Amino acid sequence: MFKQKHFLALGAVTLAALLLLSLPPRVTARLKLALGSLFLPFSSLAATAEQLPADVADNVLPRRELLQELARLQRENQELKVRALQEATMGLENEQLRYQLRWQRQVAWKIKLANVVMRDPANWWRTVEIDLGSQQGVTNNLPVLTPEGLVGRIAAVWPTHSQVVLIGDPNCRVSALIDNPAHDVGVVNAAGALDNTLADLTYLSGTAVLKPGEDVVTSGLGGIFPKGIPIGRIVDSRQVEFGLYTEARVKLAANLGTLEQVWVLFR
Amino acid sequence: MSTQNTLMIYVAAFLAVFGQATLPGLRDWVGAQVDLLPALMVYTAMYASLVNVGLLAVLGGMWFDCLSANPLGISILPLFLTGWLIFTQRELILRDLPFAQIVLGAAASAVVPLGTVLMLLSAGKGLLLDWGSLWQWMVMVAGGAAATPVVFAVFNWFDRVFGYQVRTETSFRADREIRRSRL
Repeated sequence: MFKQKHFLALGAVTLAALLLLSLPPRVTARLKLALGSLFLPFSSLAATAEQLPADVADNVLPRRELLQELARLQRENQELKVRALQEATMGLENEQLRYQLRWQRQVAWKIKLANVVMRDPANWWRTVEIDLGSQQGVTNNLPVLTPEGLVGRIAAVWPTHSQVVLIGDPNCRVSALIDNPAHDVGVVNAAGALDNTLADLTYLSGTAVLKPGEDVVTSGLGGIFPKGIPIGRIVDSRQVEFGLYTEARVKLAANLGTLEQVWVLFR
Repeated sequence: MSTQNTLMIYVAAFLAVFGQATLPGLRDWVGAQVDLLPALMVYTAMYASLVNVGLLAVLGGMWFDCLSANPLGISILPLFLTGWLIFTQRELILRDLPFAQIVLGAAASAVVPLGTVLMLLSAGKGLLLDWGSLWQWMVMVAGGAAATPVVFAVFNWFDRVFGYQVRTETSFRADREIRRSRL
């Protein structure tokens, strides 16, 4: 049953695996890039196949429905234009006041749209891959968000695609601020393996009084995420370590289970 | 096993890893993605040579790791050890029985993620693990158990259709035929 060649094969593969694991990070990244590029043609093929039913549906959509949708979008566009005008005036006023008070001017966000092309095949990570890479100016640790709220940060970059580590993964911790009178600050940490709509807010002060429904936003501490990006809302809270800390569960604003398009925020 | 069947195993492993990363599969329904590599490893260990078992472990493991946040090469050893154990005991296993295929698929699908997680933990990586992971593991085991007979059926069919069948020799020899008259 067990022959010498069996043990030789076992030794050879073990050696190969250990050799791969002990490679320097730069070599590993290049190897991952080379292997990942094998999947790229299939990835675009899958995207085209996914788009096909939508294109077919577009062709058979009744004209009346399209006109109604157009009218609704035109109304929304007008509304947004008026709001943008108002915001521009407020922005100007804000800039003037900041200048008078010698405050630092807030830099406008530069964002780029990216498509989510893959999800992590392993169940013990919460990452996705997007179709923006270093060729588009993406670098490590750039924040990634949707219009609803924060999604995560860039964890690895290749020329044509990048890996985003999502909130709730142990490798994505976010300093968060609660929108309450005390402005409590905590850290959004890893959540449960099954539910990707919730995250844990830890290291809150023991005296923090939190109410369900309070907004949680990024605090701007830590230097990765700018201040004020919505993260979610408080669901419930509890005292831990004999009242030394408070922990809370946060219902995430962005739906991480159905991510299709995300925005990468450039500094 | 024929050459085209061996090649098909690698193609299937590549597509399985790609499908796990791009298709939602069971992830949206039950919160876990089923890994098809252990099922393919069971088939390879039952029918192919030890070199193919090693190659599938190395290639499949590296493809899986390159699409995942895993360190490159961490999935190779658990996959190979599973295949190696099955390979060394394959003469004792009734491989054509669906029950044996299901049991082997379940065992392989249980051992591979467990081994990978243990290796990641021993490498000091922080993983997304809690009681929910137990449920995910059970889904992976059940999914792998269900997938293994399908993998066997598909590859055996492929082998039958595209492979050369062994010609069985007849024991009849015309020169040794005893010709009898009617009387």
